[in-house]
Amino acid sequence: MDMSPYLDVFIEESREHLNNLNQFLLKLESCPDNQDYINEIFRSCHTLKGMAGTMGFEQISVITHEMENVLQSARNKEIDIDSKIIDILFEFVDITEDLVESISKTGIEEEKNIAYVLEKLKKAIRSGDCHTSENHNESKGLESDIFNEFEENLIKVAYDKNLTVYKIRVFLNEDCLLKSARAFVIFKNLEKFGEIIKTIPTVEDIEDENFEDEFTLYLISNSKAEEIKKVINSISEVKRIEISEVNYIKKEIILGNKRNLLKEETNKEDEDSEQNAAKSESNRLKTTKTVRVDIEKLDNLMNLVSELIIIKTRIEEIGDKRDIGAHELHEAVEYLERITTNLHDAVMKVRMVPIEQVFNRFPRMVRDLSKELDKEVVLHIEGEETELDRTVIDEIGDPLIHLIRNAIDHGLESPSERERHRKSNQGNIYLKAYHDGNHVVIELEDDGRGIDMEKVLEKAAEQGLLTESQSDSIINVDNALDYLFHPGFSTSEEVTDLSGRGVGLDVVKTKIESLGGTIDINTKKGQGTKFIIKLPLTLAIIQALLVDVGSEKYAIPLNLIKETVIINPNKINNIQKQEVVLYRGNVLPIIRLDEILDSTKNNTGSNREDITLVVVNNGEKQIGLVVDSLIGQQEIVIKSLGKLLSNIRLIAGATILGNGQVALILDTNALV
Amino acid sequence: MSDDLKQVVVFELGDEEYGVDILQVKTIERLMNITRVPKAPDFVEGVINLRGEVVPVIDLRKRFELPARERTEDNRIIIVNIDSITVGMIVDSASEVLHLPESQIEPAPKMISGIDSDFISGVGKINDRLLILLDLSKVLKYKEIEQLENL
Repeated sequence: MDMSPYLDVFIEESREHLNNLNQFLLKLESCPDNQDYINEIFRSCHTLKGMAGTMGFEQISVITHEMENVLQSARNKEIDIDSKIIDILFEFVDITEDLVESISKTGIEEEKNIAYVLEKLKKAIRSGDCHTSENHNESKGLESDIFNEFEENLIKVAYDKNLTVYKIRVFLNEDCLLKSARAFVIFKNLEKFGEIIKTIPTVEDIEDENFEDEFTLYLISNSKAEEIKKVINSISEVKRIEISEVNYIKKEIILGNKRNLLKEETNKEDEDSEQNAAKSESNRLKTTKTVRVDIEKLDNLMNLVSELIIIKTRIEEIGDKRDIGAHELHEAVEYLERITTNLHDAVMKVRMVPIEQVFNRFPRMVRDLSKELDKEVVLHIEGEETELDRTVIDEIGDPLIHLIRNAIDHGLESPSERERHRKSNQGNIYLKAYHDGNHVVIELEDDGRGIDMEKVLEKAAEQGLLTESQSDSIINVDNALDYLFHPGFSTSEEVTDLSGRGVGLDVVKTKIESLGGTIDINTKKGQGTKFIIKLPLTLAIIQALLVDVGSEKYAIPLNLIKETVIINPNKINNIQKQEVVLYRGNVLPIIRLDEILDSTKNNTGSNREDITLVVVNNGEKQIGLVVDSLIGQQEIVIKSLGKLLSNIRLIAGATILGNGQVALILDTNALV
Repeated sequence: MSDDLKQVVVFELGDEEYGVDILQVKTIERLMNITRVPKAPDFVEGVINLRGEVVPVIDLRKRFELPARERTEDNRIIIVNIDSITVGMIVDSASEVLHLPESQIEPAPKMISGIDSDFISGVGKINDRLLILLDLSKVLKYKEIEQLENL
């Protein structure tokens, strides 16, 4: 059977499960006795194993199978989870991750040497005072009712319908000749009672006679146990059967809605089941239905919405030109506008994903790094529910990894050094995300040694980054920090595995700027460093003010505009060759856009008596932009100017106006 | 010996005929409204709206430092795609598509009518006609951009 159509789904789901594994292994590490964590890990392993098996990826099934064994033994209290075992489990997860990545790239499983980790695992288990895991291979699964998500759903539905789930263990006579045929007869008979949702071993294995003389199956039915028993017993060559009701409610809670519950009640396993049932009911209501959608399809939808907005603007313009029926047209256009705005919002929301997806991999990374560097590090994460556009999410991971590595390697001191500075041995890293107007801010803070300004300047001079005038005069801190973003700049004396080659921050900065964001540093010597990354919430469509400059039209993003004012030219003063006006009690530098944009002047008809100023934010400051006239506010679709022109600093992008013409979007931050 | 045929789009610039590989050409457009981009290199004419996509346009005459000429009805914008960059090139006129046997392509001589030989990948001969074949990635790679980057 051709599995390729399912490959994407497999990869996507595997990644989710791997992520889950990483998370819960970390939790398990800090709390090795927690059965819920073990169950959760087991469940992920099991699903992974099942999926990989179906897709024919053997190595993954073998590895996950071994992991299951370990966890099973841990569940049965035969082995203790210690750091050694956790390490090995992590290693297993890593290998599986590599395998999944190789599958996503090439479609086939890369050959990996998994034998040695398996060996390592065996040693680790034997070194413990416990049984080997081999014994469990056979009995595993029979004692535990482990279901994958699909089966779980079936069971939930069955409970909703007041049906019973039976676990039926069938033992055949040892001398039974055609075991698979016998099993088939049993299946046939049982199907009269209801639906068989799961068998152990799998149906394929049973058909291939890959079982000893017993098998287990799960049946959803509304019949009584005795009736079922009677029918099965009447089949020849059946030695005996065991039938029991599956009480899956408790597990369902643990497995089904792990997060909320794990927080609340980690150790109260023995609560009475009715109460649990009620809870599971309410939990079930909370889960919303989701659909996986290819991002390309969403992009396509987004483009269509963009086109719709363009044509709406065009109709608006036509309406403005004509008097006949203008009122009705106006109403219709207004209605259209409401719809397009809502549609745009809806599509944007679909594209939003919580930044959790990115943050989730950091605890694991920090753990590994802190072990490697022998530093105690605690990662505090806040605001992981903050939502960002999918395209930004995909891109922001690498820069953040870079910054976190930097923070652990350079930022945080070694424990002994920290002690000397009267800090606690434990270094802290705070990762925080929150919304700020139309932006999402990500802050990464460490309480390490901070950045040594003098050293930065020294290095900058050494590397010839300082011009003479700069090195003579006093350089303020902001400038010095800018050198950190220079390609090839590094203050590190030695190059480590992790960082120090100086290919770091400039790449981070470029990436963030390519996403339309900014990055700032705050640092205090001896107290730590804070990186503040500001990213735009939406990428594609913004509100903008259209203005005339000379004979050309430009768009200024509305979120950057403070206000527009009309001033008398007499009020303009010159301070050190810079034109300024007094504006709300402050000195406001003004910039003549026609000059800075080299526009051809359009003198005809423009009376130079009053000057229109657009006051925009420029970093912390404000500046006034002189324009010829204001056209109006409009929703615009941002289009890139393309690679060829990506270096034009004044221009943030382009947009297509209703009449089909291209207007450029000004980057007011680059004006000064 | 069989000869591989190369299809080239032929266009004119001044008195010369040029050719670009047809695989690199997306479409050929008539002149349309071009929006100037301030602070761009001077041979960048601006950007156009190519069916919803914003595409930069360069003036090939300026690029090759040929004297400027008044625009006419014959002017065309050849939209090419090189190294995943889409760019329009304004040419005097675009006339035809020709099949050019590989054997008829010779390496570029040092100088052709004052155009930097760096831009030329070869010269094709068809009967009496000479076609200057352009190396488009070199045409688009310009020092000015690199200078801008270093600012």
